[in-house]
Amino acid sequence: MSDKVFEKVAANGLISRRHLLGLGVSGTGLALSGAALGADSGINFQIPSWSRQPGPGASAYGARSSYAENLERLSGAPNPTYPGGGASRSPLQHLQGTITPNSLHFERHHAGIPNIDPSQHNLVINGLVRQPLVFRYEDLLKYQMVSHIHFLECSGNSGALMRGEVGGSAQSLHGLVSCAEWTGIPLSTLLDEAGVLPEAKWVAAVGADAASMGRSVPISKALDDVMVALYQNGEAVRPEQGYPMRLFCPGWEGNISVKWLTQLKLTAEPTQFRDETSKYTDTMPDRSSYQFTFPMGTKSLITSPSGEMTLNQRGIYQVTGIAWSGGGSIRRVEVSADGGQTWAEAAIQGHQLDRALTRFTIPWEWNGGRAILQSRATDSQGNVQPTREALIAQKGTLSFYHTPCIQSWGVNTQGEVTNVYV
Amino acid sequence: MYKTFLLSAVLFSISTYTAVINSQEGVRLGIPVSEEDLSQFDLIAGPDGSGFPPGSGTARQGKEVFDVNCAVCHGANGEGTSGNTIIVGGDMQSEGPPLRTVGSYWPHASTLFDFIRRAMPAIAPKSLTNEQVYQVTAYVLYMNNIITEDVELNATNLAGIEMPNADGFIDRSDIQ
Repeated sequence: MSDKVFEKVAANGLISRRHLLGLGVSGTGLALSGAALGADSGINFQIPSWSRQPGPGASAYGARSSYAENLERLSGAPNPTYPGGGASRSPLQHLQGTITPNSLHFERHHAGIPNIDPSQHNLVINGLVRQPLVFRYEDLLKYQMVSHIHFLECSGNSGALMRGEVGGSAQSLHGLVSCAEWTGIPLSTLLDEAGVLPEAKWVAAVGADAASMGRSVPISKALDDVMVALYQNGEAVRPEQGYPMRLFCPGWEGNISVKWLTQLKLTAEPTQFRDETSKYTDTMPDRSSYQFTFPMGTKSLITSPSGEMTLNQRGIYQVTGIAWSGGGSIRRVEVSADGGQTWAEAAIQGHQLDRALTRFTIPWEWNGGRAILQSRATDSQGNVQPTREALIAQKGTLSFYHTPCIQSWGVNTQGEVTNVYV
Repeated sequence: MYKTFLLSAVLFSISTYTAVINSQEGVRLGIPVSEEDLSQFDLIAGPDGSGFPPGSGTARQGKEVFDVNCAVCHGANGEGTSGNTIIVGGDMQSEGPPLRTVGSYWPHASTLFDFIRRAMPAIAPKSLTNEQVYQVTAYVLYMNNIITEDVELNATNLAGIEMPNADGFIDRSDIQ
């Protein structure tokens, strides 16, 4: 490939996104994979066996292809003295589009996944309300519901980048983010039914897991866009996501979207649960600690090429990734191939929804030399994703929560891709 | 006879229709309960002293509760074990990454009672009696030199225990 064919828009091989949009100069189509793979790849044009005999018929419940089983969540080793605690991460580098399949949505549990019989599950609203109420699951299904596509991200996602040199993949470093269509009842509907008293300023939300994990939600958020989610991507919320119901607080750190929701208590002050004091708080360089840091930052990540991948020959690659912000929709994503010296605007693939994953892509020609691939998101409020250096200058390295800094993927002359710091 | 049948048919269709309208617009299916009904269900114990159950306990009484239920993970003296939390000691101001424990980091004593009662011990949450939770809360505070061995904690004084890092937090909840 040469500069005469593809318009270069930033240093080290980045090609104009206009080629992806059908606006290619020179009238040349973009032969991405053909250029990379070559023509002598041993393609077999004989009629395959599966075209010669009928396969199995329809099934009651679908399963993925047996050839696609590299798609798995990644979880750490279990701790026998912390049963059920831990997390699993979404395989971001293998996913496309913006919706995470329910089987691959990330998990974070504090005492395992309860096996809840919905007929025995209660949702209580009490505290500073005119009339404490209990809702049965079967009754909640009769309420008017709303549906929204939103990302969910653990505030500890990407925290490993604050710990110094670390290897890993997009999944192992950043896999605590996923995106789904959530359907449920606006929390304001249920709170209005109980009658919120004027002195109520917070809502203590408690789950029915063995840890009875709780978080305090400001009443302003609770009455704004929080929902009691009953469905995820069209099916009942799965057990690991809070069956039969979870709180869902759009754009905010994942832990506050309390799973297996069983109690909402209106209070004048925050309850100061363990998971909003000892955990999920950010110690600054001066040793004070930020508490109740709720919105997730403006963030993006190249998912391919990404850590632990290898570029096996020179040529044109489709750089792709995801961007999101707790502050709104994604306005723009820029990509650099030279460690942030020069930038080119990526094409947005599909939707740019409010507080949802947004897919971006840009063609890039790897010439066999060193490269550092980065992406930088800007959201609808004008918030720009910071460099790692700027984030550390601002908040130090004593905290591992809320670290939405630019990810740098280094490419060496062997084509090996690793996490690097610029 | 025919008229009666017709009338009841009309009434039936009206009532069915009304039910459909209601389900679209103003469903109110919450069942009224009293706070008394919830006394065993609502485990929230707050920093304002609300929600603490009857009972009391001292660190002297709490040592045995801790040794039997907690030491296996948190260590005999709260020093932690492999993969499990250190709950004693630390200092937010020392050089390097601070050791964040109940004593050095936690801003509210109420959190300790609330968390132990709802989530500990990890292999059998909610297996301790309220009396035992008061006792072991006192023992953890005692191990951190926050109270003495014979201070009796109860529903009226526990939330008022002042923690060393009480002023160490900045509320960012107004940034939404």
